[in-house]
Amino acid sequence: MTTATTFDDGAGCPSGLEPPADGTVIDPAPFVKTEDGTAKLELAVFGAKCAGCIQKIEGGLNALPGVENARLNLSTGRLSISWRNGAFAPKRITETITSLGYRAAPFDPEKAEAESDAEGRKLLRSLAVAGFAMANIMLLSVAVWAGGGEMGEGTRGLMHWVSALIAIPAALYAGRPFFSSAYGALKNRRANMDVPISLAVFLALGISIFEFFKGGEHAYFDAAVMLLFFLLIGRYLDHRLRLRARAAARDLLALQATTANRMNADGTLEAVAARDIAPGDMLLLSPGDRAPVDGVIEQGTSDTDVSLVTGESAPARKTIGDSIHAGVLNLTTQLTMRAEKTADASLIADLTRLIEAGEQSKSRYVRLADRAASLYVPIVHTLALATFLGWYFLMDAGLRVSVLNAVAVLIITCPCALGLAAPAVQVVATGRLFRSGVLVKSGDALERLAEVDAVVFDKTGTLTHGKPHLSNRTEIADGILQEAASLARISRHPLSRAIVVEAGAGRPCSDAIEHPGLGVEGDIDGVRARLGRAEWVGATTANEAMGTEVWYKRGDGAPVQFAFEDTLRDDASHVMQALADRGLKTEMLSGDRKGAAARIADALGLDTWRSELSPQDKIARLDELGEKGVKVAMVGDGLNDAPSLARAHASLSPGSAADASQAAADFVYQGEGLSPIVEAVDVSRKARRRVLENFAFAAAYNACAVPLAALGHVTPLIAALAMSGSSMIVTLNALRLAGRKKENTPA
Amino acid sequence: MTALAFLIPIALLLGGAGLAAFLWALKSGQYEDPEGAAERILLDDDLEEDDD
Repeated sequence: MTTATTFDDGAGCPSGLEPPADGTVIDPAPFVKTEDGTAKLELAVFGAKCAGCIQKIEGGLNALPGVENARLNLSTGRLSISWRNGAFAPKRITETITSLGYRAAPFDPEKAEAESDAEGRKLLRSLAVAGFAMANIMLLSVAVWAGGGEMGEGTRGLMHWVSALIAIPAALYAGRPFFSSAYGALKNRRANMDVPISLAVFLALGISIFEFFKGGEHAYFDAAVMLLFFLLIGRYLDHRLRLRARAAARDLLALQATTANRMNADGTLEAVAARDIAPGDMLLLSPGDRAPVDGVIEQGTSDTDVSLVTGESAPARKTIGDSIHAGVLNLTTQLTMRAEKTADASLIADLTRLIEAGEQSKSRYVRLADRAASLYVPIVHTLALATFLGWYFLMDAGLRVSVLNAVAVLIITCPCALGLAAPAVQVVATGRLFRSGVLVKSGDALERLAEVDAVVFDKTGTLTHGKPHLSNRTEIADGILQEAASLARISRHPLSRAIVVEAGAGRPCSDAIEHPGLGVEGDIDGVRARLGRAEWVGATTANEAMGTEVWYKRGDGAPVQFAFEDTLRDDASHVMQALADRGLKTEMLSGDRKGAAARIADALGLDTWRSELSPQDKIARLDELGEKGVKVAMVGDGLNDAPSLARAHASLSPGSAADASQAAADFVYQGEGLSPIVEAVDVSRKARRRVLENFAFAAAYNACAVPLAALGHVTPLIAALAMSGSSMIVTLNALRLAGRKKENTPA
Repeated sequence: MTALAFLIPIALLLGGAGLAAFLWALKSGQYEDPEGAAERILLDDDLEEDDD
């Protein structure tokens, strides 16, 4: 927790919960909707965490002339803004948000449409009605049970009459989610868990009405609504998990709705959505822009960051005639490129298709709860039928008693505990991981990660920081470092950034200018100074081509070398050991050059590693392992890893990863270290154990309860106690996962 | 036992009021942004600014 309460003027979240984003400004003009002179826009805002963020963002936007309403939803990160059409260019909005230190991306309107959580609200409404009905009927039922011998028949009739009046409409209303799903399954000649649930509810209501008119002693109105109440809790928890996963995926999709600046034939600039770019269009790429499609550079020379596409860590220099792939980030100077493909045909779209193919293979995974249901449903129905036949034919008990006992079997076995067993555990487990900075995208991701036998790592940005790090700091005097940093602060080049990180906060040199592909030049204390390539600065070097060093020279002083290396994350070898201790094999698959990969593998003591792999090669290796029966968890961050992340049995990616990779991964972890991976494996395995325990408990409970029900010893009171008792035990068992964090993770 | 004649309706009415209040809150969008609502209470931009 932070104690900062003052809202300063610094960029980003004022409480320091989130570092400020370094902004690329997307022009949202193609996504603005206009109606009656009012323009509306939906944006996804990243990095807002607290009240100060709301104040900064809403305040900053409301200060724009003509803004009618700006409201930020902190839970979903959605910003809705409306303003008088034409009051200002839409780009002003994203510029304002970026200058405040947050990242903003427009939603594709079609994708935003299907947004509102109608399903969740329906479940909540049903849950509220079932809860109301259950509490009130229980009030009456307890009176009947406790009244026992003393209560007159007339009073009991009244109680049942009121119960029926509440239960029938409430059950019909609250049961709709189950009824419609059961109907859908039956129509396709399948049976899911909702079939016995619906059957039990209807039979319990039917038999109770029948008994009520017969003046009988037992009515199961309370059982019918209690059943629905507990099951709806499980259903709602499950829905919340899925919703969070979908929201994460949707945010990432929104980021792909990028725009580009198109230069028209008459020389005017126009912001267009990436999907509207046609081959032959001329596009302007400012520093900080990503290429939206594949193309060729027509004008300009600049350094580009290709790490998301190829995994190569050193920046690449691109000049006229070079091809540039979608997803490549322009770093230093403005480029003009000619589009060669549409967004759908670009490399990024190829990767998207590979990701989709991988995800399809994953969707064949059958969740534990469904596997349990497929065993459970036929058994329960057979038992109920056997009870009916047994009483009717063997015991000659008459139709009424036979049906009553068969219904008792259905009610008592109805999977209250089973419906809660998996969702309750998964909610607790994802909550615990969320607090340690790991976002779990789906409940079955936990199940899949628990089954894994091997972990495969990408190198750049996963095992390493993915950013160059000044490696000869000790050889450089502090004064020189500060001087170089004042020049470096004006540049986006990764090596400049690395110098700034090392030097800390300070002022940029006021008159410095960046020469593309060469370096930065400026006056330091009145003397001309240069930071950049060796020959431009006036130094001689042996390894210029590596792109891993820059030189600094001020006036006639001696040139100073700044050398860089992509360093391992601090806890990498510790994490490798921790994974090995848990019986997991580790392996590294890198797209980088052999030498760089070998150095990292050496440092970690990895035996199995491969380098210079294309995305397809990585998938091939995963498939090879899969054929041997090894279930693999993939950890990666680059765009080139995204297809293998989707293909692997389970996958994790750091919060700094490419958007597509985060979308493809099951887990997204925050922070500089790798230890969240170990935590995720531990929690997944524990969650699996809890779920299995819960199933075992549900089975044991049924083994005791079914004979009682079949023999006709179950009264409504026993049914109510058994149902709520078993649900409670299952939930408490799930909660055991939450509390033990401190013992398990050494600081 | 005549007490039941008004006690049961009262119980149902109170419960029903609670249910109606919840459904109203749900419908009027009060569950759309729980985190934002929790944080917005800390904002005091509805107060007059003091120059101190």
